[in-house]
Amino acid sequence: MHYHWNWRIFWQQSPDGSGTYLHTLVIGLGWTLALALLAWALALVVGTIIGVIRTTPVRWLERVGNAYVELFRNIPLLVQMFLWYFVMPELVPQGLGDWIKQMPPPWGAFVPAVLCLGTFTSARVAEQVRAGINSLPRGQRMAGTALGLTLPQTYRYVLLPMAFRIIVPPLGSEFLNIIKNSAVALTINVVELTARARAMQEYSFQVFEAFTAATVIYLLVNLVIVLLMRHLERKVAVPGYIGMSGGGAPTAGH
Amino acid sequence: MFANFDFDVIERSWRYLFVTGMAFTLRLTLFAMAGGIVFGTLLAMMRLSSIKPLAWVAGTYVNTLRSVPLVLVIFWFYFLVPYIGAWVLRSDTPIQVGAFASSLLTFVMFEACYYCEIMRAGIQSIPRGQVSAGYALGLTYWQSMALVVLPQAFRNMLPVLLTQTIVLFQDVSLVYVLSITDFVGAASKVAERDGRLVEMYSFVAVIYFAACFALSQFVRRLQARIAVVR
Repeated sequence: MHYHWNWRIFWQQSPDGSGTYLHTLVIGLGWTLALALLAWALALVVGTIIGVIRTTPVRWLERVGNAYVELFRNIPLLVQMFLWYFVMPELVPQGLGDWIKQMPPPWGAFVPAVLCLGTFTSARVAEQVRAGINSLPRGQRMAGTALGLTLPQTYRYVLLPMAFRIIVPPLGSEFLNIIKNSAVALTINVVELTARARAMQEYSFQVFEAFTAATVIYLLVNLVIVLLMRHLERKVAVPGYIGMSGGGAPTAGH
Repeated sequence: MFANFDFDVIERSWRYLFVTGMAFTLRLTLFAMAGGIVFGTLLAMMRLSSIKPLAWVAGTYVNTLRSVPLVLVIFWFYFLVPYIGAWVLRSDTPIQVGAFASSLLTFVMFEACYYCEIMRAGIQSIPRGQVSAGYALGLTYWQSMALVVLPQAFRNMLPVLLTQTIVLFQDVSLVYVLSITDFVGAASKVAERDGRLVEMYSFVAVIYFAACFALSQFVRRLQARIAVVR
């Protein structure tokens, strides 16, 4: 078995005209990060809303929240990508559907990918937000009511500030997940990091160099985020609470 | 919005979807689960080993694979497996490996990392005294693991192991990137041939949702039952 290693391949010109192969991969990393960050913003907003309504005393709101989480957890991410990319434009009113389908190349796939990753992750964020709120002593909610706060005020000033500080570690690992999951967007032709490594392999036939580079980049991004999260966790840790990062019940997932 | 929804395409193709596609998906899921749990348990034992190099190797392997997207791992193994095969069989040229064998190896190697972390927590949940008691009775390391620690660890972690298997069942859909005819792959072939993307992908989503929802409810009930007994 012979494989010709050629690490200088990264400085050769890529046939897609964007510069060297290394340059192509770095642009891919940019798309990965842009996709992950935008989706993360969406996931935080929607996930918080869904997580909150699952803890309110209003029964039907709780049911809606539960149904939302079950819906996004029980369909593979790949299938959800296809639903957003192929099916959604057909089901919305025709004018809007046509507008979505006519978006210029990177955006036509990028926007559905952001919506898909964002909603997919929002269901997981909602689980964490709910767990965070439920981990608070019952007395905090009661104290809020006793002080004359309305329900929204109790959430805004009492429950959520505490809950978010408690769930920073699990939210950190969800952020790592969203970066990994963003690679699934290559199935709807978002040319992010993994897609570019694959393209490099197809143009140059240097399979293992291309994938090694992508792997190293993912590991470095992972490392940077882990270090940043460690810093953030120390900053927001609630004094007197045992950190949740090391311990906690093991859960399945990615 | 369902005005021009063509249910006929599903009726025409469901046999192909299930007999060819879903059979592949289920087979891959079950074999990968079995292999992943066995290899994952071995990795967990290595990570908890007092032999430092062993613990380091297993830890590095698990942490590396857990930081990389599954899609990238699938590509890695797709190109690596022929070389591994050549190395095992001492052949001079990369050997041809079938789609099933190649993706099975990928998922066993990848999911083992997630099963490993679950089993590690399971093993750590067993009081140390039980291992000491095993040694005091004259059991070897392997005997005390196989007869004392692992049966209890499996039992305690059964719901989490099954939940991870549901995740695996969903992850198997990603073999689509290698144009393999799993459930999603079969649906996408029909969808593209007949120009019925909306119907086929909606149908796939409904089937996955029904299967995973039913399984997760079963796991939840199992969890409650196990919790009561203890």
